Formats: sequence, structure tokens, C-alpha cells
Amino acid sequence: MSGGVLLLATLCTSLFTALLIFLLPERAFRARTGLNLGAALVKLTLVAWMVWGLSRGHAYALEFPVLEGLAFVLRADALGIMFAGLSSLLWLFTTIYAIGYLEDSPNRKRFFGFFSLCVASTLGISLAGNLFTFLIFYELLTLSTYPLVVHRGTAKALAAGGVYLRFTLTAGLVLMIGMIALHVLAGDIRFGEREILAGLDLDRRPLLVGLFWVLIAGFGVKAALVPLHGWLPRAMVAPAPVSALLHAVAVVKAGAFGIVRLVYDVYGIELSAELGLLAGLVAVASVTILYGSLRALAQQELKPRLAYSTVSQVAYIVLGIGLFGPLGTIAAFSHLLHQGLMKVTLFFCAGNYAEELGIHRIDDLDGAGRRMPLTSLAFTVGALGMIGLPPVVGFFSKWYLGTGAIQAGMPWVIAVLVASSLLNAAYFLPILGRLWFLPGPDHGVGEWPEERRLGRLETHAWLLVPAVATALFSLVAGLLAGMPFSPLEWATRVVNTEYLP
Amino acid sequence: MSVLSAVPLAAETAVLWVALLIPSLLGLLAWRFPPQRMRPLLLVITPLPLATFWLLHRVAMGGELEGVWSLGELLLYWRLDGLRGLLLLLTQLLLLASATYAVGHRRAIAVAERTFAGFWPLLGGLATALGIIWVAADLLTLYVALELMGLCAVGMMLLPGKQAALVAGMRYLLYALVGSLAWLLGVALLLGVSGRLDLSGLAATTQPGTVTSIAMALLAAGLLLKAAIFPLHGWLAPVHASAWTPVSALHGALVVKASFFILMQLWQRLVPEAVAAAWLLGLLGSMAVVWGGLQAWRAQALKQVVAWSTVGQLGYLMLAFPLLAGTSAAVATLAWQATWLQLAAHAMAKAAMFMAAGNLVLAAGEGRLTDLAGTSRQLPFPLMTFGIAAVTLMGLPPSAGFTAKWLLLQAAILAGQWLWVAVLVAGTLLSAAYVFRVLRCAFVEDATRQEVQPLPAGMNLIALLLALAALGLGLGADWPLALIRAGGMP
Repeated sequence: MSGGVLLLATLCTSLFTALLIFLLPERAFRARTGLNLGAALVKLTLVAWMVWGLSRGHAYALEFPVLEGLAFVLRADALGIMFAGLSSLLWLFTTIYAIGYLEDSPNRKRFFGFFSLCVASTLGISLAGNLFTFLIFYELLTLSTYPLVVHRGTAKALAAGGVYLRFTLTAGLVLMIGMIALHVLAGDIRFGEREILAGLDLDRRPLLVGLFWVLIAGFGVKAALVPLHGWLPRAMVAPAPVSALLHAVAVVKAGAFGIVRLVYDVYGIELSAELGLLAGLVAVASVTILYGSLRALAQQELKPRLAYSTVSQVAYIVLGIGLFGPLGTIAAFSHLLHQGLMKVTLFFCAGNYAEELGIHRIDDLDGAGRRMPLTSLAFTVGALGMIGLPPVVGFFSKWYLGTGAIQAGMPWVIAVLVASSLLNAAYFLPILGRLWFLPGPDHGVGEWPEERRLGRLETHAWLLVPAVATALFSLVAGLLAGMPFSPLEWATRVVNTEYLP
Repeated sequence: MSVLSAVPLAAETAVLWVALLIPSLLGLLAWRFPPQRMRPLLLVITPLPLATFWLLHRVAMGGELEGVWSLGELLLYWRLDGLRGLLLLLTQLLLLASATYAVGHRRAIAVAERTFAGFWPLLGGLATALGIIWVAADLLTLYVALELMGLCAVGMMLLPGKQAALVAGMRYLLYALVGSLAWLLGVALLLGVSGRLDLSGLAATTQPGTVTSIAMALLAAGLLLKAAIFPLHGWLAPVHASAWTPVSALHGALVVKASFFILMQLWQRLVPEAVAAAWLLGLLGSMAVVWGGLQAWRAQALKQVVAWSTVGQLGYLMLAFPLLAGTSAAVATLAWQATWLQLAAHAMAKAAMFMAAGNLVLAAGEGRLTDLAGTSRQLPFPLMTFGIAAVTLMGLPPSAGFTAKWLLLQAAILAGQWLWVAVLVAGTLLSAAYVFRVLRCAFVEDATRQEVQPLPAGMNLIALLLALAALGLGLGADWPLALIRAGGMP
């Protein structure tokens, strides 16, 4: 199959799934489930095919002109395919989880239709070959996530949806203006054509600096950089699979990925360093890491705590970018994948506690480890990984960040990392303590807020399997970090082949 | 661009005039024998856009077509270039959509066949008038077509026969007549100065001066009135409140744009360098964007939201004037393409949105926003159509509204006219605000809902296809924009 067709097929898998789901009647439960899972598997296969092809030197690209001097470009490069691989893998699990989670609830057709559109946009973001194409899918992602955020239709959900739109649509406009200004300045820049901006006249440099921060402000909203993070904790009212999706795969990652593209593929890391942009990024990231962790510590409910933890963890990616060195870059790229795996696990588990036992508050979790051992084990793996304990993948992110900081000559970043890890421990360890060591209803103390026996296992199998699977992935990816095609190895390969500063 | 020949090719000319006049004949035929089903209508009208497609193909190959018709002493000029051909194609597609939709609409609102029959000749006349406006190249033909269009439009607005429709329709007529009066005065002045009425002749002979300025001001005032540009938009929202949906769709999509098109033609030929006046028009457009957006945000009834959004969206078109006057060729090319792409995007999306809103109101039996609660479950099809059309109106990707906004922003930034960037930002945010206010109501879950009335499937399908066309034009803009660049630039 030629390169362009394969790209298009990957993108259309999700688009056609969305279309078909909208056409199927609401009650066609089996057909919809089959379609969802089938499409997720096909997409994963196609992306795996491209990963294999890329590693053997094949090229995948497709483009056509839209305006004079501006084209719609899809292109699979090592970095993009890495993000595509993450999203297709996690999508499979999130789909399974969502099918179990939404069993017997209304409006499932609408949910899964927009869910598939969301996958399509995320894939488009990862395969976009220039800023114009990136923006198209980035905005499409905003539109397709709104119905998911307000899915429950309650006043609170609708209010959260309003806040979400206010942030993301404004950011989209800021982004669009920044991109157009860059286009006016330098024409259509394909990702990877770093020499265009580097070759501009020196008197254009202040303008470039200004535009960089405009674009970062645009991406920073979705990446939930402080002070642009306000929408994220509020969007927690959405159903658990949507939260998993917003936090681990689609929305925040799209923002972080945009920053990666901007720094490495449009400005180029050397120009960014020359213009003094990276120091600013490190500062923003450090503030976000600490602020997010502190706010997480103050939360009494599980999902908001995880939400603020996301704010803090995604900023690690930005921190890694800012460190200007191969190790920092490896940390940034691999954390893009690692955080996804761990965070999706944590959200699946939070959803399981809420569905099976009605638990939303952290102090209701006492003794839940005995009632739901597998879920609690998965949660433990995710939490320890977030703290940065080996052999979970989170350790490698922090290790490379730390060594990268030393390499970059910014030892104070180590202090930020240590403080953040301590804070991570401070907000995750008490949860683990409650899960495993405090007596709870299964020990005869008190009772669960709202217990439902959803299955023969500790909870519905469709809810349990994805949580355990992603937890296993985060463990195995850590244990086998040196093997080919592990996230860390692929990130290193990307850095070595393309991005070595 | 070379003209095909001094005497235009006979086949092309014949096809053009047949394509222009056929709608009127079909309308008269349908008056006598009202169509009962959608499919035959589809078959009868489809050859029209196909013929225009062929004409566009010929124009793309060999340049522009122009010609003169002499009626005794009178010389009537016409021309067909890429832009005009595309507008004709757009008109025919929308005619096709609204005629087909009207068949289902008549059944759904249960109006007597005889009462509705008057719709058809008026629709045919409107389509012919619009077609002539796109190809006419002298002020007399334009005047006749403009009047024909206005009268047909007023007639269609009056058709429902209700008190509100009569009041709004008569007010529309009054405004249109005042507009025509201003236009006639302007034409008379120009005729006195240069002694001719054809556009290219006027462009060649008219000298900038007081009389030209006054004439242009009169012409502009008349056209702005007919185009419902702020602050002369007062008649627009009331007529849509009581008009039938297919009428609103065609009116909001094309009728108001025809006046804009004429204004643009005259401006480019008579006063292309009048920067201050162009900025004034741009400012009027900016106020239209803001005011229309605010009113749409405040409106209580669904159709009013859609009608007020037209006022705002027309404002975007007016930004073309300052971006075309006294700017570099690069800016002008960008703004020129942006304007027509925006016009086409808005035409299709607005027609789709009126139809979707009409379907929602008909099916739910209620016209207020708050009554839409829970429709996302019961009426997903029209709501989805509304949403897709709204993507174009908000200018979000991948719609044609987005591509047009990209071009417009690029032009404004390149020209350093940052005011228009601010206007576009405000307009986008306002349109998002009123669109999501509607969608938000539809997502409310805890509402009691009565039964919904089933509608013919075709009504939903036509609206959806139009909305998708506006969406698809965004990434498929290369072909029409290339045609526009090749011919029709002032």
C-alpha cells in the first residue's frame, strides 16, 4: 500500500466509524460495540504497520493545496507516529472501558460518535505535517470533546462545558492568529523545515519571540499550563472514560504535543535556545509543576486530585523540552507516552471505585484494597509511577529529567523535581495507605457509599480489564525500557535520528 | 485573461441564457401543477447546475465570456467570468435545495396546495433575477433584476398571510423601495456625468469628483439598505420570524448578498481608491459583526438567532472594502478570495441552518430556545445539521468559514490593519456564544418532553447535505479560488 493511502486509511478508520455510529440506531448496541472495537483494532494495526515501515525507512506523506501557498499536509514522522501509537493503544482500552462504563445509560450513540471523532482528531494532530493542518485537527478536537464533557446534561456539566469552550475556543483563535502571522512572515513551514525561521533576518528576531509566546499561550490552554489550566479540574464532571481521554491521551497531550512541534519542528531547538525561549519554558513548567502538585494536595475528592496531578505531570514534558539537551528531550518525548499510560490507569481505577462502590471522596477509600484488589493494585502501580519509583515507567522520565537538568547546567531544576516528587508522594501515598492498611467496610467498619455488584469479578469485567492492562503496560514498559519499540527506546531513537541539538 | 472572441461562442451564450430563464418557466409550470414529491423536482432542476458547471469549465479553459444584447436603442451588457459563474452555480444549488425542501415543508406545515402554489413562480422569478444580477454588466439590467428580485422576495415573505408576516413584509417593501429610490438617483447622476450605463464604460469614462462621489454614496446607501448592513438592518430579523423556512433559507443565503455583490462591482470600478469611504464601510461592517452577534446572543426564538446571525455575518463581507482600497496587490488578492469564499460559505451554511432550525421548530412544535431541552436525544439529525452549519458560521475548521477567515486574517495582518483582526476575533467569539447557547439548551437532560412530529426524511437530508457542502468547501477551496483568481479580479 502506498504511503498516502495508508495515512488516509488510518485517519478514515475513525472518521467512518463516527459516521456509521451516527447512522446506527440508538438501540443497536452490539453492532456499535463491534464497530468500535473493530475500528480501534484496525487502527492500531495500521499504526503498528507504519511504525514498522518507518523503522525500515519508508515514508508516508499526503498533501494537496488548499490556498495559494498553503497546503493540507499529512505526514508520518517518528515523533508523530509515536503520539499516534500512544493514542491508538490507549484508545482501544478507553473504548473497552467506555462500553462497560456506559452500559444501560442513555445517549450512547451520541457519546460513541463524538468519541470516534475525537480519536480521528487526535490522530490528525499526530500526523499533521504543518501548522495549518495541525490547527484544523486541534480545533476539531475542541468541537468533538464538547459533547463528551456535557454528556450528562446536568447543570454542572453544562457549566463545565461552557468554561471548557471559553478557554479552548479563545485559545484556538490566539493560535490561529499566531500561525497566520508566522505564515505572513515566513510562508508555509512544514514540520522539520527548521532552517526557514533560523534563516530570517536578525531584525525579525523580536517578532519571532513575540509570536512564540502567542503560540505557546494558544497551546498552553490545552496543555493546562498555569495560569491557563482553569478548565481542566472543572471538566472532571464528565464521565470517567472522558476524563481518562482528556487527561491522558487527547486534549492535554494535544497541547503538549503542539509545544513539542513548535519548539523542535518549527523554530528548531537551537533557534529557541538562541532566542532565550527555553529558559522561559522551564520557568513556566516549574511553576506549573509545583502549583499543580500543591493544589492536588488540597483536594478531598479523588478525581479533582488526579486532575491537578495532570496539570503538574504534563508540565514535565514542557520542562524536558526546555532543558535543551538530548537527555531532556528524551525525557520530554518519553514522558508524553509514560504519563498517558499511568494517568489513564489512575482514571480507570477512580472510575471503578465510583461505579462499583460509589466512592468519590478520598476518605471513603479506607480498606478498598480488600474489596477490589486488582483495581487497587493497578492504582498502586500508577501512583508509584507518578511518584517516580522504579521499575514503573515514571521513574525513567524523572531520571532523564534530572540528568538532563545537570547536562543543561540548570541544577536548580533538580530541586523542583525533588520537591515535586515529595509532593507527589504526599498526595498519593495517603491514598495507598487508605486502600491497603486502613480497615474499611470489608473489615466490618462502616459501609460503602453506594455499593453495586456489577459482575462476578470485583467489578464489571469491561471496567477491570482495561485498568489492569494499562497498569501492566506501565510496568512492562518500565521493565523492558531498553528493548526495541519500548516508549523510551523509541523516544531515544527520535532524538538520535532527528532532533539531536 | 483573454476574451474568447469578440462575438462570444454561440453555444455557451445560449446555454447561459437558457440556464438563467429556465427557473422562471419552471416556476410558472409549478404554479399550474404544484409538485407533490421531492424526487421529480430534483431530476428537473439538476441539469441547471450541471450546465453551469460546463460553462465554468469553458470559462476556465478559454477566459471570460461577454456580450451585448441590443433591444432597439437599448444595449444590455453581460459577462461571465470565474467568479460570476461560481455565484450562478451557488444560486442554482441553493435553488435546488430550497425547492426540494419546500415540497416537504408544505406537507409538514399542512398548508393548502392552492395557498402554497404562489410560492413557485416567485421562487422561479427570484432565481432568474439573481442569475441576471450575477452576469449583468450594466446599470439598467442590474436595476431591473434588482427590482424583480426585491418584489419576488417581498411576495414570498407575504405568502404565509398572517398578520405578523404582512406587517414585516410591508416594512420590507418600504425599505426596498427607499433603497431603489436612492439607487435610481445615483444611476441618474452617473448617466448625466458620463452618458453611459455599462460598467466597463463607466469605469473608463468616470472621473473622480464630487458628482461621482455623491452618485456612489446614493448607490451605496440604496444597496446597503437592501443588503441589511448595519445600521440599515432593521427590516431583516422581523421578516424571518414569520416567513416560511425555504424562503428564509434562500433570502438569508443569497438575496441580501446580491446587493453586496453589486456594491462591490460598482465600488471597484468607480471609486477603487476611496480609502476613507472604504474604511467607513469597514467600520459599518465591524459594528454589524458586533451588533448582530450580540442580538443573536440575546434572541429568545431559534429563528431569530439565525436571522440576527445573518446581520453579523454580512459584516465580515464589508471588511473587504478597506482591505481592497489602496492596499498592495498581495493583500487585495487575499481579501478578494476571502470575501467570495466567505459569501459562499455563509450562503450554504445559513440556508442549512435555517432549514435545520425550521425542522427543529416544526418537529418540536415550539420555537423558543428554552423549549429545545432534550432535543439532542429526540431530534439528533436536525440538531447535528444545525451544529455542522454552525461550525461554518463560527469559522472553525475544516469549514469554508475557517478557510475564508484564515485568508481574511492573513490579508489584515499583511496590510497591518489590526482593527479588522480584533473584529474577526470578536465576531468569532460572539458567534460561538450564540451557537453554543442553542446547543447547550439541546443538551439539557432533565426536561419533560412531549412527542415530536415526524418530518419527511428528505427535509433533514437536504439541510445536512448543504451543511456538509459548506464544511467540505473549506479544504476543497482550491478549485473555486483558482477560478476566482483567474477571472473576476477588479
